[in-house]
Amino acid sequence: MSSWLDYTINGLIVGNVYALVAVGLALIFGVSRLINFAQGSIYLVGAYIGWVAVVQLHTPLPLTIIVVAVAAALVGLIIERFGLRPLQNSVRIAPLLATIGISFVLDQLVMLTFSPNPRALPSQLPDVRFQVGGGTIGPLDLLIAGVGLTSALLLFVFLRYSKLGWAVRATAQDRDAAMQMGVDVNRVNQAVFGIAAALGGVSGMLVGMYYNQIDTAMSLQATLKGVVAEVVGGAGNVPGAVIGSLLLGLVESYGVAVFGTSYRNLFAFLLLVVVLVLRPNGLFASARQAPPEPLTGTFIAPSRPVRIPRWALLAAAAIFAVLPFFPVSFYVLQTLINAWLLGMLALSLTLVAGTIGQVSLGHAALLAIGAYTSALLSLTLSVPVGLSIIGGGLMCAALGTALISPSFRLRGHYVSIATLAIGEIVSLVILNWESVTRGPIGISGIPPLSLFGYDLISPTSIYWFSFTVMVVLALLQGRLLTSHLGRSFRAIRDDDIAARAYGLSLNRYKSLAFIFGGFAAGVSGGIAAHLYSYINHETFNTQQSILALTVVILGGLGNVVGAMLGAVALVGLPEVFRIAAEYRILIYGIVLLLLVRFRPQGLLGTL
Amino acid sequence: MAQLNSMLSLRGLTRRFGGLTAVDAIDLDLAKGELVSIIGPNGAGKTTLFNLVTGLDRPDVGTVHFEGQDITGLSPERLAAEGIARTFQLGRVFGNLSVMDNVLIGAHTRLRAVKPAVPVIGPLLELGLALLRPASVRDEEERLREEVKAILARFGERLLPRIDQPAYSLSYANRRRVEIARALALKPRLLLLDEPTAGMNPTETAEMQALVAELKAEGLTILLIEHKLEMVMLLSDRVIVMDEGKKIAEGPGDAVRSDPKVIEAYLGHGLSGTSEQESAA
Repeated sequence: MSSWLDYTINGLIVGNVYALVAVGLALIFGVSRLINFAQGSIYLVGAYIGWVAVVQLHTPLPLTIIVVAVAAALVGLIIERFGLRPLQNSVRIAPLLATIGISFVLDQLVMLTFSPNPRALPSQLPDVRFQVGGGTIGPLDLLIAGVGLTSALLLFVFLRYSKLGWAVRATAQDRDAAMQMGVDVNRVNQAVFGIAAALGGVSGMLVGMYYNQIDTAMSLQATLKGVVAEVVGGAGNVPGAVIGSLLLGLVESYGVAVFGTSYRNLFAFLLLVVVLVLRPNGLFASARQAPPEPLTGTFIAPSRPVRIPRWALLAAAAIFAVLPFFPVSFYVLQTLINAWLLGMLALSLTLVAGTIGQVSLGHAALLAIGAYTSALLSLTLSVPVGLSIIGGGLMCAALGTALISPSFRLRGHYVSIATLAIGEIVSLVILNWESVTRGPIGISGIPPLSLFGYDLISPTSIYWFSFTVMVVLALLQGRLLTSHLGRSFRAIRDDDIAARAYGLSLNRYKSLAFIFGGFAAGVSGGIAAHLYSYINHETFNTQQSILALTVVILGGLGNVVGAMLGAVALVGLPEVFRIAAEYRILIYGIVLLLLVRFRPQGLLGTL
Repeated sequence: MAQLNSMLSLRGLTRRFGGLTAVDAIDLDLAKGELVSIIGPNGAGKTTLFNLVTGLDRPDVGTVHFEGQDITGLSPERLAAEGIARTFQLGRVFGNLSVMDNVLIGAHTRLRAVKPAVPVIGPLLELGLALLRPASVRDEEERLREEVKAILARFGERLLPRIDQPAYSLSYANRRRVEIARALALKPRLLLLDEPTAGMNPTETAEMQALVAELKAEGLTILLIEHKLEMVMLLSDRVIVMDEGKKIAEGPGDAVRSDPKVIEAYLGHGLSGTSEQESAA
């Protein structure tokens, strides 16, 4: 009984922390209909600024909180001014991609400055526990609760009684009307980003103190948890976000109590998926709302795709096909093999994100499904490797589509959240389902690639194999795009309401796109498993999902040739310029930001 | 009960948004080959009524019958397959698709590759047919392309020269035309046009009016929302006037036009008081 009270208190405290992140997300969503994927990065920045203040500068606690809040608010203002304001009049997908890019840049900057190793962030409060009923509570718990309540109160007063607060609420209700009434929407955005960042930063610092540890992996987790809480409460609904956060904290805490710590995140993401499917407008939205406004043709940048003549494509294919006959180094071949594997993933993502407009952020999970299936088929059932890779592709097509299907009724940013969460669920299931996936140990001793009984060991043969597979997948996809299905996919992307009015079932065509794309991603993962010979639940991570997304944007959304060109460029160029590995993710993030800002249609144009 | 020769029949159709009743107990019958116009001030609930008929929204109360069959609350996909086509008030074309592809989407429900309605296997067969493309599928596609050209030819030289251009590059009036062409490609049994002449100049309006008259002469059943009263009077067999969700008048154009309730709705409720005072004086 006493432990039950402890878990409740713990749940409420953690929920309070989530609330600080979620309230910021809700404010931002309210005024700009944007889910800020960089919110977790600000939380991370807050934690590290807190560390600098406490450990290096030895500031007292009240000053630490002020320093963190001000510094984080500054970061938020910079993001708003330089990352998002220039995109005000661009397509809806642009700010979403920009916040993803900003998040990666910030995380990498923190990692490069402070190293990825965890650090201790000591609490500046005395370590005593008070007996409350059957449970105990410490001063830090009280501080977190106090900060949560104080910021809620301050926010309430600001929104209710200050002129700028009115402007924020007016903008949230009707942006155009607010502008016509003379509200300076830029100032509103600034205010909202500043407040959201200050809350996020303080929350990161408090969590660091609570666990006495900070590390760069905190960022993604915070974004996910904040988004879960916000969506559960109803996107853009500030009180809803607070209640959603407390609920999430309690669900997690009780889940941990019953099932154990490794299930903590699983509960959070399952809660998200359940809420998105059953009540996509949040728990507190009225059951039925007016149908959403038309979003015609504004999701992706309109462009005229660059037409590449057939002979040029054939020539390029021929050059890459005969490349191993020339005296090229093993290193070059290895780099290109990586590019071909990434190319297959990009083909998959460009179909899903570009052609049918479902921007998936969990695409690495498809790689993992393909890789695990092929590895286990060949290891435990002794299926020949060529067949097991196809099996990985088919499993990925079936299972991946089934897993992602809850997101089919969602639109725009929600699809990205749902796929991100589903990706995390896949990774957590792999970690916890030890009887099948061997859990945290991973799978080792995966047999090498082989075809018709011949092992493909030499780099040359692996090169040809992966190149051929990619080209075949690309040709199939090209053929698909010229059929009625390509037309139907693109129609659904441009206007799903009009598409439905003309008989296109969204479930059917989104499933088909994920089945086709899932196969390509599964094959890529399968091949990778046999190349690496060892995989675990972290082999295929969110960084790969973001890298694939950058490739797809670089090549042009939906553009098959663009996906392959983008893969070669993003894998090849850092090698050519000998950029150290730790800077690469940073560069990918910057490339994504620059593309969204200056060439949203990519190199070869949107198809 | 729906009348025997009735194509579309609405009974007590009601849709509320919070405290607002957007569509309030509407009864409506549309006979085969008839053209009925719905007029009324902005916000009267005309487009919401269209959404209820085409399945994009569901009524809180009331029924929709199409050719004697209860279709209340069916999905828009199903209704498209039944032969109900509509255009949208704001011109919802597929921006990145060419004119040809936009209109081909209209013929989607007629595609043979789409037909297998078996769960799981049906979609996979469709994927297979799209990739393998046997002669029958290729012929069908070729035939439909010819058909699209014939439909586009009804708009004279407005769309044919732009057949391969993306829809986002078209003028506003041309987007409306593409929408109507897309609706015609469905070979509809019932066509719902939501303000087809919005934003068109007098010449373009006259062209559109001639086209709608032509469609009516071909025997198509049409429900029309339109603000340009001259066109409504000329084309309609009957006119229905809506205000604040309710049907306030119904009948032949001339009768409706002189109905005091209609005049009041159009002049605005604030003004009606003054007009009474004037008439009293």
